[in-house]
Amino acid sequence: MTSPANRLPKPYGNDGGSNLADILERVLDKGVVIAGDIRINLLDIELLTIKLRLIVASVDKAKEMGIDWWEEDPALSSRAHRGELARENAELRERLAELERGGAPREAS
Amino acid sequence: MTGLRYVYAVCGPFDADLRAGLMGVAGAPPELLAHRGLVAVVSTVPEEDFAEEPLRRRMEDLDWLTATARAHQSVIDALTAVTTPLPLRLATVFRDDSGVRAMTEERGDDFRRALDRLDGRVEWGVKVYLEKAGEADGEKDSSSASPASSALTGREYLRQRRRRVRTNEDRWRHAEIFASELHRTLSDHAENCRLHAPQNSALSGATGQNVLNAAYLVPRGDSEQFIELVDRTKSDADAASSGLRVELTGPWAVYSFTDEFTDEFTEKFTEEDV
Repeated sequence: MTSPANRLPKPYGNDGGSNLADILERVLDKGVVIAGDIRINLLDIELLTIKLRLIVASVDKAKEMGIDWWEEDPALSSRAHRGELARENAELRERLAELERGGAPREAS
Repeated sequence: MTGLRYVYAVCGPFDADLRAGLMGVAGAPPELLAHRGLVAVVSTVPEEDFAEEPLRRRMEDLDWLTATARAHQSVIDALTAVTTPLPLRLATVFRDDSGVRAMTEERGDDFRRALDRLDGRVEWGVKVYLEKAGEADGEKDSSSASPASSALTGREYLRQRRRRVRTNEDRWRHAEIFASELHRTLSDHAENCRLHAPQNSALSGATGQNVLNAAYLVPRGDSEQFIELVDRTKSDADAASSGLRVELTGPWAVYSFTDEFTDEFTEKFTEEDV
């Protein structure tokens, strides 16, 4: 790291201990993919496909595999967020109708 | 011999020493295996962990996976300090050195092409997070916990609720605009870029919602400038007041830009599985 030829800035991130998600995302989903003598299909690894879902699949690949959880998850996608808003609006309309029929809001009753 | 050969990366020939005491996967020091103008960076790994069956089991173990991924990455990091490695996917394993040589030879043209294109470049990761609503705006005063709120009429309740929904929608729209503008600016200062799926906060441990997760390919020499550019957006008062946070990571090896190789594995598997 003291080599004068090394013009690379010091690492950014969490003090050298990079975020695990950043590392896994790269070492499992990016980089050069070569079939070695030992073949395992990462899609068969339950931990990766279910528990850590994001890892084995970049966006397009994930969609092909039907993994598009972030689009459904309001915490991760503005599109899903809009879907949530639509549901909320529907809920509110129902509630308004209820109020106009003279019912009390559920929380207040 | 009960060892297998684990390959971290393939590089062009380089004239520098790796960090002394560097340990790779399974605690073994990485070695350089030169073959026909390319250098494969390898180490010996035990068969009881890296043969097909045990490896599949090991990959289901998050602690083992974490340790292995960090060890793999530390070798790639050490290489990135002295050359431009083409990082291989985690757990690329061969029976012996002759297997590694055969692979280097077979894919030699792809490696050379990628190295020509990527030599002297690094990857910077930029993420934008949107903090949860309420952390940024002071809407707690109208919280339903206050005794006054129970006296709200239905219409007032609805009005408040609608206001809150609208604020939330505005924050998202603002975050989207901010992220896409930032992405455009950074792309203009990078040779190439990739958008990745947003990260799962359960895994990253980051607070807020990941709205942009991008990688930028930048020449080493332009990296300082790129960092300054990102730093300027970090201190953007407008971003901070809207609950937006910009995070920079790197320098990474050129993980996101090795397009010559991305599809081979999946294709082979698909063929074999049929």
